[in-house]
Amino acid sequence: MTDVVISIVFDGLAYAMLLFVISVGLSVTMGLMGFINLAHGAFAMAGGYAVTSLTGGLGLPYPLALLAAAVIVGVASVPVERLLYARVYAARELDQVMLTIGLVFMAIAGFTFFYGPSPQTLQLPSYLTGQIDLGFRSFPTFRAVVIGIGLVLIAVLWFGFERTGFGARIRAAVDNRTMAQVVGIDVDRLFMITFAVGSGLAALGGGVAVEMLGVSPVFAAQYLVYFLIVVAVGGLGSIKGAFFAALVLGIVDNAGKYLWPDGGAFFIYALTLALLLVRPQGLAGRS
Amino acid sequence: MSGDALAAAKARAAGFGRWHPAEALVWIAAIAAYFVFPGYMALGAQALILVLFALSLDLILGYAGIVSLGHAAYFGIGAYAAGMLSAHLGWHEPISGLLVAGAVAAAYGFLTGVVLLRYHGLTLLMLTLVAAILLYEAANAWSDVTGGFDGLLGITPAPLFGTFEYDLWGRTHYWYVLAVLFICFLGARRLVYSPFGRALVGLRENTRRMHALGAPVYWRQVQIYTIACAMAGIAGGLFAQTNAFVTLDAMSFLRSGTVIIVLILGGVGRLYGAFIGGVVYAVLEDELAKASPEFWEFGIGLVLVCLVLFARDGIAGVAVRLWQRWRR
Repeated sequence: MTDVVISIVFDGLAYAMLLFVISVGLSVTMGLMGFINLAHGAFAMAGGYAVTSLTGGLGLPYPLALLAAAVIVGVASVPVERLLYARVYAARELDQVMLTIGLVFMAIAGFTFFYGPSPQTLQLPSYLTGQIDLGFRSFPTFRAVVIGIGLVLIAVLWFGFERTGFGARIRAAVDNRTMAQVVGIDVDRLFMITFAVGSGLAALGGGVAVEMLGVSPVFAAQYLVYFLIVVAVGGLGSIKGAFFAALVLGIVDNAGKYLWPDGGAFFIYALTLALLLVRPQGLAGRS
Repeated sequence: MSGDALAAAKARAAGFGRWHPAEALVWIAAIAAYFVFPGYMALGAQALILVLFALSLDLILGYAGIVSLGHAAYFGIGAYAAGMLSAHLGWHEPISGLLVAGAVAAAYGFLTGVVLLRYHGLTLLMLTLVAAILLYEAANAWSDVTGGFDGLLGITPAPLFGTFEYDLWGRTHYWYVLAVLFICFLGARRLVYSPFGRALVGLRENTRRMHALGAPVYWRQVQIYTIACAMAGIAGGLFAQTNAFVTLDAMSFLRSGTVIIVLILGGVGRLYGAFIGGVVYAVLEDELAKASPEFWEFGIGLVLVCLVLFARDGIAGVAVRLWQRWRR
């Protein structure tokens, strides 16, 4: 029994880290600009495909391919943001939804055309497969590494957000964009940088998702709801909120699917609905 | 207000909502389609159902400004209500079946609306999305009754008015759907051009000012939401009856997304946008999706992006602008 609980929590934790890494950029950019970016999952998906191409085609080692994918997608997201997104920041919610859904459709069709509809496969290096013994019991190495890297990333992001001047500027702009601009913060530039970093992190998550969730062209739409839930439940523009939301979502979803395979997804949506009804501004959001 | 100004305002008010001759064209085209494309009546009926569904969304999105990512929930509820009535309860009369579909969807729309419409912005968007997914998961888990992924079989509507049998080519279906659409459209049109409809536009344009005017903002939203859900339920009921089959697809996120796309494509907040969008989408999907699904998907995505960047008022808006330019 305890063994099962430990397994559920462990797998849920790895899942939560993945959700956090993919969603955190979305949370910050949505908090900054109030921009509803439904195409965020497409950047994660692009990362997944970049990783499989880099490891399969070019024979790059997996960790290096992850980093390269993050950089490539992060850089490539800048023109998308400047040319497309920047034109609808001031538009209605509906226009933002439409533009980004349009991009999701295009991404799904494009990746299907070039890579086919089946999920991507990945040959993990031998040191990431198998089990790792943590003293009291052994765990799958890959998931343990994901949790470890996730924790490190959270620490880095927390430091960057809470302890640096750049982070302070972001927090100021999330709280009150107009006031931040008045005191001389270049919010547009701030947004561009966070957007690129967020997309890069999503791509990194996408590279991990190839192994944990499976990445096929429908990934962009399939997991979008989860990323949005992390953002909405956590509260816009809050790294802490996104982390707690990912944690709850990852563990509850994992437990639900394990204990009740037929209708397991039900739990997480019911919980999300309840949380949003009680705290519409999110766990860490301010009303 | 001086006498002249008052008379002018009265004249304007009297002309407001009057039928434009061009509106007849839409219905003449729908009737003509029966004689011009007799082989496409099954597609035609499905296109008109899509029009009705998009029209119901237009009432809340176009007029009241409520963005819902879960409108298919009500379509699905209506489809299952009409379907189960026939398949499980043995009630095969189609028109009363539609009324039940509309009533059940309205009841569910009222219950969800009362809760959800207290929220705004992203939270409302997420709540509509999650509530619809929850319903989908519930229908999936309850597959003994709903048929789950395999679908609900055994829907056998009785002949219309006890006399008109359904034919293989969907001709009876076409007239049936067209008649229901026309009746619903008359209702929607009357609503939109009533003081209630004006109040909705006020909500869309400036909610805060409507509050300041003392308008019951929340109740107005609940009312229109319930009406729109009833209409979506009727569309779903038609869907179940004409296809004699319902799957979970009827309430999927994809369908919620599709109906938004259809409405945007046609033009939001102008009633006839739903017609243009529904027909164009259904025909293009039928032609292109069969030939190359990826091409179709990419195309629809590209069209959406272009619409947002260049023509936010949809095909109907572009047509109206061209017409006005041409008249000058």
